[in-house]
Amino acid sequence: MLARTADNLYWLARYVERAEFTARIIDITSRLAALPKAYGGASGAEWESALVALGAHERFRKTNEVADESAVLRFLVFDADNPSSIRYCMDRARANARAVRTALTAEMWQGVNSAWIEMLNIERAVAPFERMTRDRIDPALDAAKGMSRDFDGLAYRNMLRNDAYWFSRVGLYTERADNTARLLDVKYHVLLPETETVGGSLDYFQWTAILRAVSALTAYHWVYRESIKPWLIADLLIRKKEMPRSLVSCYDNLAGFVDAIGRAYGQQGPAQRHARAVLLRLENTSLDDVFKTGVHEFLSEFIEDNNKLGALLAEQYLLN
Amino acid sequence: MLEQSFWDEMNASGGDVRSVYAKIDAWLRETPPDVLSARRSQAELLFRRIGITFAVYGSKDASERLIPFDIIPRIISQSEWGLLERGLVQRVKAINAFLTDIYGAREILRAGVVPDDLVFRNPHFCPQMAGRRAPHDIWVHIAGIDIVRTGENEFYVLEDNARTPSGVSYMLENREVMMRLLPDLFAAHRIAPVENYTDLLLNCLRSVAPATAAREPVVALLTPGQFNSAYYEHSFLADRLGVELVEGSDLLVRDDVLYMRTTQGPKRIDVLYRRIDDDYLDPLAFRPDSVLGVPGVLNAYHAGNLTLSNAVGTGVADDKAMYTYMPEIVRFYLGEEAILKNVPTWRCREPDALAYVLDHLHELVVKEVNGSGGYGMLVGPHATREERAAFREKLLADPVNYIAQPTLSLSTCPTFVESGVAPRHVDLRPFVLTGANGSRVVPGGLTRVAMREGSLVVNSSQGGGTKDTWIIEDPDMRALASFSSQRSV
Repeated sequence: MLARTADNLYWLARYVERAEFTARIIDITSRLAALPKAYGGASGAEWESALVALGAHERFRKTNEVADESAVLRFLVFDADNPSSIRYCMDRARANARAVRTALTAEMWQGVNSAWIEMLNIERAVAPFERMTRDRIDPALDAAKGMSRDFDGLAYRNMLRNDAYWFSRVGLYTERADNTARLLDVKYHVLLPETETVGGSLDYFQWTAILRAVSALTAYHWVYRESIKPWLIADLLIRKKEMPRSLVSCYDNLAGFVDAIGRAYGQQGPAQRHARAVLLRLENTSLDDVFKTGVHEFLSEFIEDNNKLGALLAEQYLLN
Repeated sequence: MLEQSFWDEMNASGGDVRSVYAKIDAWLRETPPDVLSARRSQAELLFRRIGITFAVYGSKDASERLIPFDIIPRIISQSEWGLLERGLVQRVKAINAFLTDIYGAREILRAGVVPDDLVFRNPHFCPQMAGRRAPHDIWVHIAGIDIVRTGENEFYVLEDNARTPSGVSYMLENREVMMRLLPDLFAAHRIAPVENYTDLLLNCLRSVAPATAAREPVVALLTPGQFNSAYYEHSFLADRLGVELVEGSDLLVRDDVLYMRTTQGPKRIDVLYRRIDDDYLDPLAFRPDSVLGVPGVLNAYHAGNLTLSNAVGTGVADDKAMYTYMPEIVRFYLGEEAILKNVPTWRCREPDALAYVLDHLHELVVKEVNGSGGYGMLVGPHATREERAAFREKLLADPVNYIAQPTLSLSTCPTFVESGVAPRHVDLRPFVLTGANGSRVVPGGLTRVAMREGSLVVNSSQGGGTKDTWIIEDPDMRALASFSSQRSV
């Protein structure tokens, strides 16, 4: 396969996944912002924290003064220069898909292209309003989630199990691991073991929001069969393999897919070794270890390791 | 202004419906305009979703546009096609012989059939190819020959495209869309299939691989990239051919062998189907500022390790000046008369022709030999007295630089436009594939249609549209007789 094709497939999957994550963050943020003050909502900080979770707060500050609902929604949905906006992700996803049409099935390309066309139409209809509201941008969230669902499903159902599929999956799980880690990191202060006594039930809605953001509220109850405890949320999203968006599950997949590439090409290298090492560490880390290291420190290190996998893959396969 | 009459492919000249169009005529009569309109919207939706767009340079908003698609097919009978096919193959054979000769022995120049300066002063003549031969003496593997029709058996070649002709993806996609939109109408005709075009193309490209190639020669398609106006076609063809779609940055030349960068290291390419002009192909040999091409690719070609398709320097055979000599070129190499006629052309370099042109400026189109895109052109019937007088001076000053042609009465076909079904002018671009095993023409081609009333401009950049082109079995006359008698009851 052309090295450029592998690169395009990797980024295509990442941007599709990122568009969905942005949509999910907007979802939970507007939920939190709608809570009465007595329940921890309406502090005005919810939209700011959405920007932080998406790593977009600094860029936002450059062009905006106040992080209110309208400004943040416009920035996260339509801003064509913001790398985590839905619009930007869709533009990049489509450009990458267009460059590798020959490596995708016709349905996959049409799925991405249709979502992109739909997004243009939504933008035309909604962007002229002075105030952005959750209602107005709702179709954009649906478009982003729909694109991701179609892309993921069609890749799984239709793609040949060869290097094109594996590189695409590596992109998807790398992005997903990054998103989960960032989501946990921005909320880590409410996940500490002592917060139950400190914050009390005020944080309950923050906790459920985290679970909702990764579609894990029901899963939590199935796995733990008890009321929501913050440290168990951390446990679920870091260490539980049966939870599809947990860090360990993402690395279980990543290690498998980079291994498949190595096997097909008849050579293992630094990328394979690195993915396996990260997986092993996640598997062997207890929750106590995480808290001893510090949740923030642990997640920062993970995010760095995750980025390193991308760099190693590029070195091994794209720049030869 | 002159009132010209045009020959309509469905109604001839106001007479009865031609038999090949009988079923289309019936279908148009019984289908209400809103149904046609709905079908057209469906077609547009399909094209947009598939992404069959072309880029328009310099416009940010509509940087990708659809070429208008007309849902009324254009019909040509098998017997008419047979004639065209023979003519097309003959013409491409002559073009290949001409290129071999021009870059080789130059017999045609010594025989005085074509003037030297037309070759050597031609901007598309490629001195780097002089004294070289193309593998199998085939220079033009893919040719697109533009044909216009003016009457029952009147076909003319308007232009030869021997460099990187485009449009074949529309021939293939239009057919797919028609089959989906109008399955009944489709089934009622027996239409020669075009879908094997890409298989034929792949065989053709593999057949001309260099002798040093692997047993399964590796073919790749070189595109200038996503922002090229024909990018859709490039990706479509690569997909159907099952070959890699490469850009200049994906390629490298080492020891006179062309490689593409893959996830498993460099991989050799044997045949490069390049959709990028000569000038940009190799910055070492041609334009040094080109970032689209591959440094050293011409060396790989000269070393015999690579076949370029089409070969370098073929443009000398397809420009306006050389076009006028095509009948002589066919005669010189093949000893036959050209089956397909040229549009009558006066070469102003010849004194008799110049005299005629000067006398008939009001009814002729005068073009600069190397001009394109309508620049440096006089359209006699539309020009003012002053414009004609000014052009007369230019002609007299430099007659060698001009040719003149009558304004052509392009045939019309029924077309669905805002006001309903109306005749619009069309042309046809069939594609001729030539490999080591001979030439093949897929029965069909790209029909371009000028969507504006009276317009003769079919170019997509100027609002032209496309139609599916159906080559159908010659109608059974008896069946037709009963068909029309039923209708007249």
